[in-house]
Amino acid sequence: MEAVLELRGVTKDFPGHRAVDGVNLQIPRGAFFSLVGPSGSGKTTTLRLIAGFEQPTSGEIWLNGRPIHHLKPYERPVSTVFQSYALFPHLTVRGNVEFGLRQQRVPEAARRLREALEMVQLVGKESRYPSELSGGERQRVALARSLVVEPDVLLLDEPLSALDPALRKQMRSELKNVQRRAGITFLLVTHDCEEALSLSDRVALINQGRIEQVGAPEEVYRRPKTRFVAGFLGPVNWIGEIGIRPEATRLSRQAPDGGVRTAPATVTESVFLGNRVHVRARLGTGEEIIAEVSHSDGLYRTGEAVHVWWRPEEELRFDGA
Amino acid sequence: MSCLRTLFLAPAALVMVVLILAPLGVVVCYSFLTRGAYGGVEWLATLDNYRRLLDPLYLEIFLRSVAVAGTTTALCLILAFPLAWFLSRAGRRKHLYLQLVLLPFWTSFLVRLYAWMFLLRDTGLINTILLAAGWIREPLPLLYNHVAVVLGLVYGYLPFAVLPLYATLERLDRTLLEAAADLGARPLGTLRHVILPLAAPGIRAAALLVFIPCLGTYLVPDLLGGSKTILVGTLIQNQFTTARDWPFGAAVSLTLMVFTVVAVLIWLRRGGDKLL
Repeated sequence: MEAVLELRGVTKDFPGHRAVDGVNLQIPRGAFFSLVGPSGSGKTTTLRLIAGFEQPTSGEIWLNGRPIHHLKPYERPVSTVFQSYALFPHLTVRGNVEFGLRQQRVPEAARRLREALEMVQLVGKESRYPSELSGGERQRVALARSLVVEPDVLLLDEPLSALDPALRKQMRSELKNVQRRAGITFLLVTHDCEEALSLSDRVALINQGRIEQVGAPEEVYRRPKTRFVAGFLGPVNWIGEIGIRPEATRLSRQAPDGGVRTAPATVTESVFLGNRVHVRARLGTGEEIIAEVSHSDGLYRTGEAVHVWWRPEEELRFDGA
Repeated sequence: MSCLRTLFLAPAALVMVVLILAPLGVVVCYSFLTRGAYGGVEWLATLDNYRRLLDPLYLEIFLRSVAVAGTTTALCLILAFPLAWFLSRAGRRKHLYLQLVLLPFWTSFLVRLYAWMFLLRDTGLINTILLAAGWIREPLPLLYNHVAVVLGLVYGYLPFAVLPLYATLERLDRTLLEAAADLGARPLGTLRHVILPLAAPGIRAAALLVFIPCLGTYLVPDLLGGSKTILVGTLIQNQFTTARDWPFGAAVSLTLMVFTVVAVLIWLRRGGDKLL
């Protein structure tokens, strides 16, 4: 697929530490791309480098086949949805959404303003000030304000983190809908794996300023290339050098049939979680594992001897790591 | 409870009555009386003092004062804004720079005005240097004119404009500036559409803190303006000293005060401030 945005060996040094370390990335046109990593991993700095708020120490940033790393933020055809939204407090919803259109003297501003407000369902609230809006509404204004200028890439910096959990789930699906309808490339920065995996076409995992893996959500979850990726995207049971996800870790009272890997274990704890049960067990080697089982498997008692087993194709293996 | 409240409010109330309301009452009263032959007043009620104010001569002094105060305010704002902006972005050094802005207050304003006189007069530092360098043949008339008065006022009141501007600019969220640039606003567009509107309360406060004292200023025009530049402040002072016309001085003072209060109210109302 054709890349609309490309980072080539981008490095950013701050006094005393390297925030971004030789990042290469290709964002396909029209994709919903997520950059995921823990706090301090350099993901927000990467976004700020693309927006032009920071200058790369070395490396190049290309947008639509031309280098943009030397351009000022106002010369770059990208737009940012800030974590804090950064809505202009002295302007109404209309004033905020219109801001970019006016600054860039866009023709047909009235039509585009109306379309943007319709897309984020803010029609009728044009005259409100940001202080009079709810958290979700502010988020929509920020989204509309950036979408209306029709950027080549929309940059989203942890856009859902300021919302309460219920609203976050709702805005998540709205975000996806808006991206599909607008047909604009989204680059989302987040530390929430579930958010990244559920929203994106492609995910890049970043750790200590370096990209660890890029791929489709299912691919990076099922075939993580490094221990960091495996552990960051979800819990992992480590048995020797191999990792198994809790949902791929099975338990049985009788020895399982051939074709699977198996290990004897003793149940140490059984935690009822409603739709599933987490059973903690200790292997003969002393390693602790968690198996996610359903109710139909029956309840396991503490101290019970069980067989832990898994399919070889569900093992997570790492080269050297 | 209310007894205790009265007790605690008493000192403030006493200060208000003795130092502000009572003298003000005296001024109001004097402004309607007749002048005494050797200063003081005679107890004959009259409106003559206010009638005299309609004389074009006094109207001119009054308008001149407004013009000088207005010019000073405008210059102070133009100079203070970039300075306040710099201070608000100066990082760890900003407290040091703020101290430097306040440094002139460590000595008397009077002393500092005399320093300006030494700089500006015909035999002063500037003219001496220019003469010695051969760039001019006669001393430039730097002192005793309107420009000298405005210069002295701008010098004296600049910190009063810097501080409120600094306070608002310091609180300005930097992300808003990034958001503006991100949406395509060039620096001037950001200044006009984001920074200035958000700094408006600070600008209004700065304008008031400079304009009001400048309107009634007496020291600066007296020292740097000479006899040619008579402003309202100088006029009032003259009435109470050399002219020995206390009732007229009182009438001028009161008129200036009423004008200032009305102007301030209109100014604040326009800005939608909830101060008054």
